Amino acid sequence: MKNFLLRHRLETPVLLCLALALLAVLSLAGSNSLQRTTTEVLIRVVMVVGMFIFIGHSGLISFGHMAFVGIGAYGVAWTTMEPSIKQYVLTGLPDLLQQAALPWVPASLLAGLLAAAVALLAGAVILRLNGIAASIATFSLLAIFNVVYSNWDSVTAGSSSIVGIPTPVGVWQAFLFAAGAIALAHWHGISRFGLALRAVREEPVAARSCGINAWRQLLVAFVLSALVCGLGGALDAQFLGVVNPDAYYLGRTFTCLTMLVIGGSASLSGAVTGVLVLSALMELLIRLETGVSLGGMAIQLPSGSQEVVTGLVMVLTLIRRPAGLMQGREWQWPRLTHPSAPLPAASLEMQPR
Amino acid sequence: MTAALQYLFDALSLGSLYALGALGIALIFGVMRLVNFAHGDVMTFAIFVLIAPTTEAVAPLWVGAWATPLIVLTVLGVGAALAVLAELAVFRHLRHATPATTMMAAFALGFVIQNLLLALHSSRAKAVNLWPQLNLPVDLWGARVPALQMLMIGITMALLVGLAWMLRHTRAGLEMRAAAEDFDMARMLGVKANRVILVAFGMSGALAALIGLFMVNQTGLVDIRMGAPMMLVAFVSTVIGGLGSLMGAVLGGFLIGFVSTALQAWLPLDARAFRDAFVYLGVIALLLWRPNGLFITGASRQRV
Repeated sequence: MKNFLLRHRLETPVLLCLALALLAVLSLAGSNSLQRTTTEVLIRVVMVVGMFIFIGHSGLISFGHMAFVGIGAYGVAWTTMEPSIKQYVLTGLPDLLQQAALPWVPASLLAGLLAAAVALLAGAVILRLNGIAASIATFSLLAIFNVVYSNWDSVTAGSSSIVGIPTPVGVWQAFLFAAGAIALAHWHGISRFGLALRAVREEPVAARSCGINAWRQLLVAFVLSALVCGLGGALDAQFLGVVNPDAYYLGRTFTCLTMLVIGGSASLSGAVTGVLVLSALMELLIRLETGVSLGGMAIQLPSGSQEVVTGLVMVLTLIRRPAGLMQGREWQWPRLTHPSAPLPAASLEMQPR
Repeated sequence: MTAALQYLFDALSLGSLYALGALGIALIFGVMRLVNFAHGDVMTFAIFVLIAPTTEAVAPLWVGAWATPLIVLTVLGVGAALAVLAELAVFRHLRHATPATTMMAAFALGFVIQNLLLALHSSRAKAVNLWPQLNLPVDLWGARVPALQMLMIGITMALLVGLAWMLRHTRAGLEMRAAAEDFDMARMLGVKANRVILVAFGMSGALAALIGLFMVNQTGLVDIRMGAPMMLVAFVSTVIGGLGSLMGAVLGGFLIGFVSTALQAWLPLDARAFRDAFVYLGVIALLLWRPNGLFITGASRQRV
């Protein structure tokens, strides 16, 4: 079994999925609110793994991936809501969408594909720019998404949220998509696309001399990451039942980027580890904010301290340990001997292109 | 004719606001290759000292109640001090990190500052009536222009001239230009790195605070979210002007101001809400044509 996994390089994704499955099983034994928290964590795994597919392999920071999450979320709102509600609230939708009431899996996949299509168009343009300019261009992409979706009232209900999306997503549905996202990210990482992109990250000129077209590789990763982020957004909408453009703007961007950075942006295990560790920290801080009694004393942090502490942790991590917790390594079964075929070595920090 | 003049002044004043923001970003980028994502939040923090920290809906004036020169000096001083503090506490330790890491650190720092303000002041926009006489219109060749706009344009022009003079004719300016061109070589020639960087941060923080004062006077509100749109336009102006070029940043700011005002005037009524989206799309189109910005400096040229 172990040799099978090693030979097909499946060790890491299997270990990650086992850990998430363990989390899901443990949550089922807990309260309803624990299950909701676990579902949120699993949805964040999908989003952060999606961001990792682009940011991790290319070394470019993209602030705009929440736009794809939002596109996926609204896409699923358009295709799964009751037609009778849509007729009153979203009058600007084309008839095909207004009558549509798809089951949740095809709707989610379609929403992901919509996000990927937008990424294809946007990425073809943005990825021609060099490192920092590309990052700022992705930031403006997020701003464009926010402005358009906040003001196109007939199609998105603007800043007043769309309410009434069916919510079939629970712990196991989210786990299924998280496992799928991990599989997709892993496949991309070990394929020639991932290898070529990492070559571009490390030495752009040498990679070009080997015949690698940097723009094309970046675009492939960008579209794939937008697909996964769109799926995450679809899950998010179908978990909460409500979508609002401001939910997919700077706050969420910061949280997901923090998770990626703290875990280690250079490896898939880093992305998942970052989500798990930071979610645990955020839960702890939220509990402390609402007040907890410890050995007879009541401790209550001032409101707003959860975000401040998270931000400070991120800054400290970047100063002390910029490669994050995993430092570019993947989860592997503990070995007594040196592994014969280690997973592709990743550079320690995010590198500029 | 008067309408055109009105639009011209609108464009100039908006452009000067954006140009000052872009200048603050470009100053730090030129010296340190750091995109300061915390710039907008430094501005917000500086103007929040005008009111007392309280989560009530109506906040009593704090610094805002003092004499005018004191207000200006204090707010500018707070902006400069916060920027310098950010450099000492965070960016100094990241001197040798990759640009991506420093960008993320600045983003995180901005987030921390914004949430500190949220904790102290709550997310409600607070009304601040600073210098109401500045919002009275002045009659200028038929166009009625708010005095604040004239002040904005005048101060920006004066600042740009002063900055250009400082960069060309003072020792500190010479050191900054040298550091922007080749940091290590400048250090070897005796330029004290830390001092140049501190001066750049101080100037950038003061510029941010100045923009904040203009915005408070114009809108009459202080809101923790004021920094974000300004910051985004500042980055975008810097990028289209050419990263590392101060002149490019200023011109980029004016360009975006003009395009924004033009779109505001010419877009049909129901498309006006999407004006910002069109501006950013235009920026992306410009970047397709000139990926390195309008003024290519040595910073962006790749050395193979």
